[in-house]
Amino acid sequence: MMTFRDKLRAVLLSIVIFVVGVFVWHVATLRPSFNPKGLSEDELMTMEFNGDIIRDENDQYVYNPEKMRGIPGPMAVVDKIGEELRHPFHKNGTNDHGIGLLIFYTVKRFIAGFLAASVVAICLGVLIGLSKPLYMALNPFIQVLKPISPLAWMPLLLYSVKDPVWTAILVVFMAALWPTVANTAFGVSAIRKDYMQVAALLEMGYFRRLFMVVLPAAAPAIIAGLRISFGSALVAVVPAEMLLGELGVGYLSWIEWNNLDISGVIFAIIMVGIVGVVLDTAFMKLAKVVSYPET
Amino acid sequence: MEPGVSFLHIDHVSKTFPMLHGESKRKNETFTVFKNVDLQIEAGQFVTMIGHSGCGKSTLLNIIAGFDQPTTGGVILDGKLIERPGLDRMVVFQSFALMPWLSAFSNVRVAVQAAHPLWDKQKVRAWTQKYFDMMNLHGAEKKWPAFLSGGMRQRVGLARAFAVEPKVLLLDEPFAQIDALTRGSIQEELVRMWTATRNTVFMVTHDVDEAILLSDRIALMTNGPEAELAEVIDVNIPRPRTREALIDSPEYVSLRAQILRFLVKGAKHRTSTVEVPPPDEAATDEAMSHEPEEDDAGVAA
Repeated sequence: MMTFRDKLRAVLLSIVIFVVGVFVWHVATLRPSFNPKGLSEDELMTMEFNGDIIRDENDQYVYNPEKMRGIPGPMAVVDKIGEELRHPFHKNGTNDHGIGLLIFYTVKRFIAGFLAASVVAICLGVLIGLSKPLYMALNPFIQVLKPISPLAWMPLLLYSVKDPVWTAILVVFMAALWPTVANTAFGVSAIRKDYMQVAALLEMGYFRRLFMVVLPAAAPAIIAGLRISFGSALVAVVPAEMLLGELGVGYLSWIEWNNLDISGVIFAIIMVGIVGVVLDTAFMKLAKVVSYPET
Repeated sequence: MEPGVSFLHIDHVSKTFPMLHGESKRKNETFTVFKNVDLQIEAGQFVTMIGHSGCGKSTLLNIIAGFDQPTTGGVILDGKLIERPGLDRMVVFQSFALMPWLSAFSNVRVAVQAAHPLWDKQKVRAWTQKYFDMMNLHGAEKKWPAFLSGGMRQRVGLARAFAVEPKVLLLDEPFAQIDALTRGSIQEELVRMWTATRNTVFMVTHDVDEAILLSDRIALMTNGPEAELAEVIDVNIPRPRTREALIDSPEYVSLRAQILRFLVKGAKHRTSTVEVPPPDEAATDEAMSHEPEEDDAGVAA
């Protein structure tokens, strides 16, 4: 067990790492002040004409802050975050929705695909795990299908369902399917023999046995599989949105790139991370409800 | 019951296993764990089977439970041939076999529910609580099995088995995984439960003292493979028996010596008057490595 002191140390260390990281970022992205030495009058006029430099209040040339080049520093990103969070649920146009709405779209898409995949994967896994011949028959197909990137399915899915909304959900579905299938099948086939013997002694029917013994006994393996599927689906949702042009936090990063707003890209990346952490925490809370201490 | 027809009849049962690949040079070779075991148990009797590892006593218990099928012969319980597991037989497992996702209480309640599907919730609960308390489990209702000691877990296992009120209780080395000090007190609780319910019990064990303390009759098996039932000894020590009183009982001392002598001498052939040729000794040694059982403990004395 961690003592209070240890926890305090960990928190302090996190803060130090954060501050140092931001400081390094700040220093690395600092723009040097403009030095007109060595540049001819013509060159300066051309630069001013192009908008690279402007005259400040003392009639001295400085870099034009409107025409940022290179990676933006932390202050620029903080400004961007503040600006975006001012109207999180505002719709400015077809492609300019507030960040709150974008998160909502992504989470909705993610949950739909992940839940559907989980239900299908657990059913399939249980069937495979309970029947050795079925396991042997389906295993070659699963082995081939498993390593295929979910994005590889996208053109075929788009052609089949002819709807980017459903295609995005199906890509998430494909990403979340296999780890849960494999883990459930393993968990079910590895159930201790004596549990099944108790079920047989108590003359449990097929479904009673399934819900009272098989699923609870395989629950730890199923949850482990769901957790892997969860991460895989979260990784897939971002490129699916980008490629399909479906509004969401993943697509936001691409929109901002098209706008050449690098601060916006960084903001989108941070948002993807935060959404992932929140979803993962929620998942672990749910998983705790169905877990039990194993003997 | 008709005279001469026993309650539980293990009728000339033999069990033959196919040899696993790599163990045999010839294909389709088999080996016989035990053969021609014939044992009749009266209702309400406590019968224990003792033998070395590999004599197939756990396999025999699995056949009675219905988990396994005999190669020849059959087991008849109350006039009916046993074909599959059922609620008229409950097994107390060496591994406890408690479901770790259910509380201790629910582990017993699930069995009561299964045995009495028409009972309402209150009745199931009250019945479960009764057996729970009889095994001195009061206070452990909500605990996970993972957080109970081995002794407590097997108390739950016994409560589950007794609560179903089966025709036969099958105890498969029930105390082998419990420390010696706890074992004694659980054995006495088992005696108390058995005295109260007068269930028919078939137990297999390595432990001679345990067998004498609990049993009406003790069946001795010769060594496997091709193990046979060598002898059935009546235990005529009056009940109630306690471990304390047994220590000075001359009957206990002589019984214990008799059983140990049988086991130590190698249990190689029958001591009874029935004429049966002794099993081939060379074959015995060769096949000792093909034991189907996992138990490795020797004779606990």
